[in-house]
Amino acid sequence: MKAWLPTLLRLAVLALLVVFITSPGWFEPLLKPLTENGAPAIYNQGSLLTLTLQHLRTVLIATVAATTVAVALAILVTRPAGAEFLPLSRSLVNIGQTFPPVAVLALAVPAVGFGEKPTLIALFLYGLLPIFENALTALTTLPGNVMEAARGAGMTGWQRLMKVELPLSTPVILGGIRLSVVISLATATIGSTVAAKTLGEVIIAGLISNNLAYVLQGGLIVAALAVLIYDGLSAIERYAARRMGQGGE
Amino acid sequence: MTLRFDKLGVVIAVIVAYAAFFASFATFRANRIVPGQARPILEALPPTLGMLLLTIVIVCGIVALLKTPLILRLAASVAALVALTILIGVAGGFLTPAGNTFARIAPASGFWLLIFAFTLLLADVLTRLNLSPWSRVGVLVLAALAIAALLVSGSWDSLSILKEYASRADSFWAEASKHVTLALGSLAGAMIVGIPLGILCHRVEKLRAAVLNVLNIIQTIPSIALFGLLIAPLGWVSVHVPGAAAIGVRGIGTAPAFVALFLYSLLPVVANTVVGLAGVPRAANDAARGMGMTDRQRLFDVEFPLAFPVILTGIRIVLVQNIGLATIAALIGGGGFGVFVFQGVGQTAMDLVLLGALPTVALAFAAAIILDAVIEMTATMRRVGTA
Amino acid sequence: MIEIEGITKRYDETTVVDNVSMVIEPRTIATIVGTSGSGKTTLLRMINRLVEPTSGVIKLDGADNRSLPGYQLRRSIGYAIQGHGLFPHRTVAQNIATVPLLLGWDRDRIKARVDELMTLYQLDPQAYGPRYPHELSGGQQQRVGVARALAAEPNVLLMDEPFGALDPIIRTKAQEDLLAIQKRFGTTIILVTHDMEEAVHLGDKIAVMDAGKLVQYAKPAEILARPASGFVETLVGASERPFRLLSLGHVRDAVEPGGAEGEAIPGDATQRDALAELLWSGRPALPVKGADGRLIGRVTVEGLVKRAARPQ
Repeated sequence: MKAWLPTLLRLAVLALLVVFITSPGWFEPLLKPLTENGAPAIYNQGSLLTLTLQHLRTVLIATVAATTVAVALAILVTRPAGAEFLPLSRSLVNIGQTFPPVAVLALAVPAVGFGEKPTLIALFLYGLLPIFENALTALTTLPGNVMEAARGAGMTGWQRLMKVELPLSTPVILGGIRLSVVISLATATIGSTVAAKTLGEVIIAGLISNNLAYVLQGGLIVAALAVLIYDGLSAIERYAARRMGQGGE
Repeated sequence: MTLRFDKLGVVIAVIVAYAAFFASFATFRANRIVPGQARPILEALPPTLGMLLLTIVIVCGIVALLKTPLILRLAASVAALVALTILIGVAGGFLTPAGNTFARIAPASGFWLLIFAFTLLLADVLTRLNLSPWSRVGVLVLAALAIAALLVSGSWDSLSILKEYASRADSFWAEASKHVTLALGSLAGAMIVGIPLGILCHRVEKLRAAVLNVLNIIQTIPSIALFGLLIAPLGWVSVHVPGAAAIGVRGIGTAPAFVALFLYSLLPVVANTVVGLAGVPRAANDAARGMGMTDRQRLFDVEFPLAFPVILTGIRIVLVQNIGLATIAALIGGGGFGVFVFQGVGQTAMDLVLLGALPTVALAFAAAIILDAVIEMTATMRRVGTA
Repeated sequence: MIEIEGITKRYDETTVVDNVSMVIEPRTIATIVGTSGSGKTTLLRMINRLVEPTSGVIKLDGADNRSLPGYQLRRSIGYAIQGHGLFPHRTVAQNIATVPLLLGWDRDRIKARVDELMTLYQLDPQAYGPRYPHELSGGQQQRVGVARALAAEPNVLLMDEPFGALDPIIRTKAQEDLLAIQKRFGTTIILVTHDMEEAVHLGDKIAVMDAGKLVQYAKPAEILARPASGFVETLVGASERPFRLLSLGHVRDAVEPGGAEGEAIPGDATQRDALAELLWSGRPALPVKGADGRLIGRVTVEGLVKRAARPQ
């Protein structure tokens, strides 16, 4: 009965988000009480819409790159030729995850300077791990008798990879991409501390000028984006799992 | 006899060759923020020591390149790492002009690449040795002691990171203790609240989906946004709730950081408690019930001990995650190692960034190894296969 | 015809299959029985080269099975395994079409073949073709698994415990289906099982394996009557022997002249069924009817008991 309620709620949040970033002026009266000494209530050093799009663009580029590299690496270490690297790659993933995103971000600056580049590098490197880990898990835990049947049917290694292994791994790999995107959205926010154009700029500006209205609007936009994207990707993942016959609902 | 190449060894040898011959070993800067000048190994060290380091690095690179016994590879990686860490300190002293207190000597890309290559070799050897939990902790303690010895002996004092440290020794330890307090305190809070909440969710099915969904949404919100969103309500509490301000509840500072870390920590703790309890074999539960245990006895004598390794896994996730996230607390005045990271970014002083980042990475890394070892020990002790 | 000549498989120091030679006649079913770890599955997997032998040769219709690349060889040999191994992300029809697609058959031919096999296995192509494997029952999944193995009209079908995961009633049905289909297509089948009952029931010849060695390879009656070793005897099960022997013969071969009271038993039932019916109903004799329904004589307890005795 209440199955439509969450969907409705999501649509409402999405609509509110779109209205807010396109016409933030409408919300000025709501945010005004949070400001002091007549400070502006709506971020005025750049358009919220542009910042949002740039934020998403940064995340998208990094995620596409990270997905390509992570899946390729996972395929490599699960082939006989790369099997030697499998145990090491597992430990590296374990070690890599102990590096906080902020540290990766800050350490990228000396190598490439300020701006979008260090943010992209940090997002890429940090985004690799969950995707690689999930792809590795998926590719190493495929049902044995299905793989046996694929070999027995006379599929070549390449055909097995493309027709059986990757399709069956898709839901789990998508799960990794979802985690990676969520982490990237957060790391991109911090990216504004190294002068990347992202929504973090709004929050940081608010923190510096003690303007709660900025902090709140920046925080709310980022939070709403993250929750909506997470939800959307979860839905795609569930759809893929059903398509792969793993839904079992 | 035929020489056979190790696949990983080829990668390591390529990195080593590039780092030793084409990258710079140390950077010399006239003061802490001007651009530096690169110094390759032979220029960064006195001639004999430079040749010695090159020889060690090349020999160890060859050991990595060929298919060699594990024990030899272990010796090579340790020898190379020790030589590198000692000699980078020597390079610091060698490159600093006598009496000059402004000059800054920092390890450069070649040094970091060599460290990376031989750490990779060491990690590979340790992975292949399949060490027991205790020996892994042992290796960690040995490494920590070696680094501590180098720090105490003063052989790194001429390096720029330690010069940054020397000028902020007091605040370094203050921020360090704040960082650890934030990370551990919020974890403790999450355990006190999260484990009972997890047990409740396990028992009351209706509650489970709702609680986990809410916690999931909180985890999704980027940290800096959550910090920001907590400023307003905590500020209000500080002003309007009597006594709140006295115990340190404020809009900015440690309070919102603590609350945010606590909220982030809840999901892994609650979710793993639920998963751990759900994974208790039905037979064990049935047997317990059949022998006349009350619900309470069953919880403490059967379910909880069996679920413990899974709960520990949640705690490991939280601790490693919190140590990293606590760096962001600095942005809202919460202190911690992030203070140095963001100050360094602001002043474009990379040594300062490293002063904040390296201890954070070291802490997170140590926490991960120790907790992994503990998890493995409890899991094998209880013979629970799935963790 | 499949000729296995001196096949050995060694992993490091362990010999899994030890110098096995046997010939499987075309259009027959050979069953390979043995305990787990006897090397029976490895032997089967060396026929389609999922495992490469350490030494020895396997010839299919006179040609060395190494004259083709492994994957091409496998496209020409049917392969069905325990737990069916259906691709969960493909529909039933797509699963059955796997090998024809790999061989590049045209669409109409594939569709015709898929429909033929599904109909043969009593699965309506319209209703079941577009479904996913997880939407089928265990018995249906198993039938699709065998249909997939047969899709490219292979001359040889390898089966590795294909009915192992089925419950007894569905298993009996699956065995009957297999026998019917083998008759229809004339496929040469090699079936690995640990169940002697199944081996006796399905096999024209039975190969018994123990610790990598082929202990005995003979017709079922021969295996039952003259087990080559104590191991074969244990596997046959001393207390089951007479009944297994009876299960090999049809009632029509045991008919004696004369009549009897009660309902008639069909001539193509097994002698074991007839004895069971006699013992259960407490009668000394049963009337037997032929395929056309006419009475052709009777079977007696006495007659069957003689037939259950060790052949001389």
